[in-house]
Amino acid sequence: MSPDEIRGMAEREREHQAGRSCVLQVCTAAGCQPMQSVEIKTALEAEAKARGIGEHQCQVKSVGCLGLCGSGPLVRREPDGAMYQRVTPGDAPAILDSLGSAPPTHLFLDTRQPFFARQTRIVTANSGRIDPERLEDYLAAGGYATLARVLTEMSPQEVIGEITRSGLRGRGGGGYPTGLKWSTVAKSPGTPKTIICNADEGDPGAFMDRSVLESDPHRMIEGMLIAAYAVGASEGYIYIRAEYPLAIARLKTALRHAERHGLLGNNICGTRFNLRIELRLGAGAFVCGEETALIASIEGNRGTPRPRPPYPAERGLFGHPTLINNVETYANVPSILERGGEWFAGIGTERSKGTKVFALTGSIANTGLIEVPMGITLRDIVFEIGGGVPEGARFKAVQTGGPSGGCIPEQYLNTPVDYESLMSLGSIMGSGGMIIMDDSSSMIDVARYFMEFCMTESCGKCIPCRMGTVEMHELLGRFLNGSAAKADLDLLEDLCEMVKSTSLCGLGQSAPNPVLTTLRYFRPEYDAALAAGGR
Amino acid sequence: MAGRVLTCQIDGQDVSGLEESTILEVAREHHIRIPTLCHVPGLPEAGACRVCLVEVEGAARLLPACVTRIAEGMKVKTESERLLKYRRMTVEMLFAERNHICSVCVSNGHCDLQWLAQTLGVDHIRFPYRYPALPVDSSHARFVADHNRCVLCLRCVRVCGEIEGAHTWDVMGRGADCLVITDLAQPWGESASCTSCGKCVQVCPTGALSEKGKSAGEMAKQRRFLPYLTLMRGGNHV
Ligand SMILES: Cc1cc2nc3c(=O)[nH]c(=O)nc-3n(C[C@H](O)[C@H](O)[C@H](O)COP(=O)(O)O)c2cc1C
Ligand code: SF4
Ligand code: SF4
Ligand code: FES
Repeated sequence: MSPDEIRGMAEREREHQAGRSCVLQVCTAAGCQPMQSVEIKTALEAEAKARGIGEHQCQVKSVGCLGLCGSGPLVRREPDGAMYQRVTPGDAPAILDSLGSAPPTHLFLDTRQPFFARQTRIVTANSGRIDPERLEDYLAAGGYATLARVLTEMSPQEVIGEITRSGLRGRGGGGYPTGLKWSTVAKSPGTPKTIICNADEGDPGAFMDRSVLESDPHRMIEGMLIAAYAVGASEGYIYIRAEYPLAIARLKTALRHAERHGLLGNNICGTRFNLRIELRLGAGAFVCGEETALIASIEGNRGTPRPRPPYPAERGLFGHPTLINNVETYANVPSILERGGEWFAGIGTERSKGTKVFALTGSIANTGLIEVPMGITLRDIVFEIGGGVPEGARFKAVQTGGPSGGCIPEQYLNTPVDYESLMSLGSIMGSGGMIIMDDSSSMIDVARYFMEFCMTESCGKCIPCRMGTVEMHELLGRFLNGSAAKADLDLLEDLCEMVKSTSLCGLGQSAPNPVLTTLRYFRPEYDAALAAGGR
Repeated sequence: MAGRVLTCQIDGQDVSGLEESTILEVAREHHIRIPTLCHVPGLPEAGACRVCLVEVEGAARLLPACVTRIAEGMKVKTESERLLKYRRMTVEMLFAERNHICSVCVSNGHCDLQWLAQTLGVDHIRFPYRYPALPVDSSHARFVADHNRCVLCLRCVRVCGEIEGAHTWDVMGRGADCLVITDLAQPWGESASCTSCGKCVQVCPTGALSEKGKSAGEMAKQRRFLPYLTLMRGGNHV
């Protein structure tokens, strides 16, 4: 499609949509789908038809995640934005009755509550608004217009300059400056250059990337296209875990549509820019999210990390310079180029710019997906947006960064969410999993849970991680069954330090973090376990 | 091979080496000892055993000497209390992981793991032994694979894949369950790809791979073919 054709198609779709007086948006993402949301959509369509309400009056539309997954299945109504919660297929008549008035009380979901009001939506701007399986919907929301402008009006250096100005940092966990990574790949000699999207998302409790891909796959693809243009890549891969069938299906649809309309392949937007994107399915090994293991896996080898440097930017897939970024990182790109790096840099803190998507789970009133500006405090996320821990329980800790992160206690809840602050607490930003724990959880148990995860997910290549996790898991078990001695505590601390300092890749290097933070903030629990064991 | 010559400092000593050389190569050229286990001159590096970690001034983490390239002005420390502690723990873990009963081992006295323990002064193991029940594969006509003595250094995998070109060996499983395997985890004797060249046996640091007919302490390994092959193939070696 030429830029004019993109504009024309978007215009036609917008006119078409403007003709509808009401749209019912039904979440059919993986959160609501197991709770019959597809049946709800069918029921709504059947009910509308039975009442003789035509598509132009009220359209029932399949959309991606609406955020508050814990209250699902969710339905949203346009144009007023009212929402219905815990909907069942049997509610279809009640919903159609309520068009034009407030939803019935048992279905009513207050959209003025902080959960919705305190969010800043960039990556999730279209989530729950557009039909992820229709290219036209994305175009109508302004999609691919930025790509067309970038390809026809900007040089690759200008694109990289804009990303650098924006201050965007990698959302896959490490927080590496994206502009710097892009310029390294752009400067690295060797062709063909490759671009990879890391959609492996293996942290327990994390589902941000899945949601982005299920709700707005074209946004990520557009981000990848812009990145490929900026670094000069012509081959692309999306590495996604096979456990995400819906995300895979929607990605495939999106890739097919993009190809058919000349947004992928040769001469994209009528320019000389070419990019092919292939999908690669991961078999569910956490370590395959580590970039060098992921690359080995795409190459057809066993997915184990290798020492860096050389970094993939210099020597990546099949030895070629390779750009690898996370789903959310790419999904930020179209907005940055549309509105400018300055605009993006205006959101967030001094060193952490923009927004971050978090998956709230655990002992919290509002379970679901949120996008918040960097710099918001943990307290605001947990107690304002998340609605606090449910009645009768007391907040104990919030865990960020999954198995690589740490448990943060109440006294640090006023800490702003940014890469450096979380790191200074012994945790990490991570990819966005946030698990809230109340006073019923034993922190030693939590530490052991994550250690068990690392132990079974260790690739086994290096001994500190392969055996260190086994030993730490065993020692934590002694604290739980009351057989720990003081010497075990010393050994545990030694092991944490050794495994962190000597492991080959990030998995081993960060595996001790949950233990270290619980030792730092919840030491009395360990001491109590020692005392209880009488040693 | 002509490249720039870089100067750097290892343990306070001024040394020089060719650009692209590793810290380990330069250290050995200057008779500075850095312990290693997975490294074998002439094989591609794995960086897996972590025994060769050194401190590099300005680097946030410890770096493996066998894969880290020197840089102009780099300051390296190969010995410190911290490094010694970690190296000892590493060796202790290797011993605790499987069933290394040296006195009855074919490689007793010729074993790289044993030697490493001796040079690092490892005289007891703080970690609980795991005593895994592991198989011994004696299906091959000339060789035996005893998983109880494997340290997963991947030397066999690399020599078979990169030098012999047979790629008989690989690894299966994850974490502590990892095992080296022949072909698709078939008995070694039934492997269709194995050429019976014996290179894996010779590079194996312990008694995990051995020749049949050897009794305790009789299995000394012959590794001279590697420098020879490396030289004939136009590489350099340390
Ligand atoms: C054990 C391990 C698992 C990882 N898993 C993921 C993952 O699932 N998704 C991801 O984007 N990055 C993951 N990473 C980080 C990647 O190695 C890499 O840094 C990232 O994809 C770079 O993208 P970014 O700069 O956009 O964050 C993981 C790292 C480690 C060490
Ligand atoms: S740290 Fe763990 S996952 Fe990473 S290379 Fe070592 S064994 Fe494999
Ligand atoms: S069998 Fe020998 S060479 Fe192969 S990984 Fe085990 S210890 Fe290393
Ligand atoms: S010798 Fe360097 S990591 Fe094994």
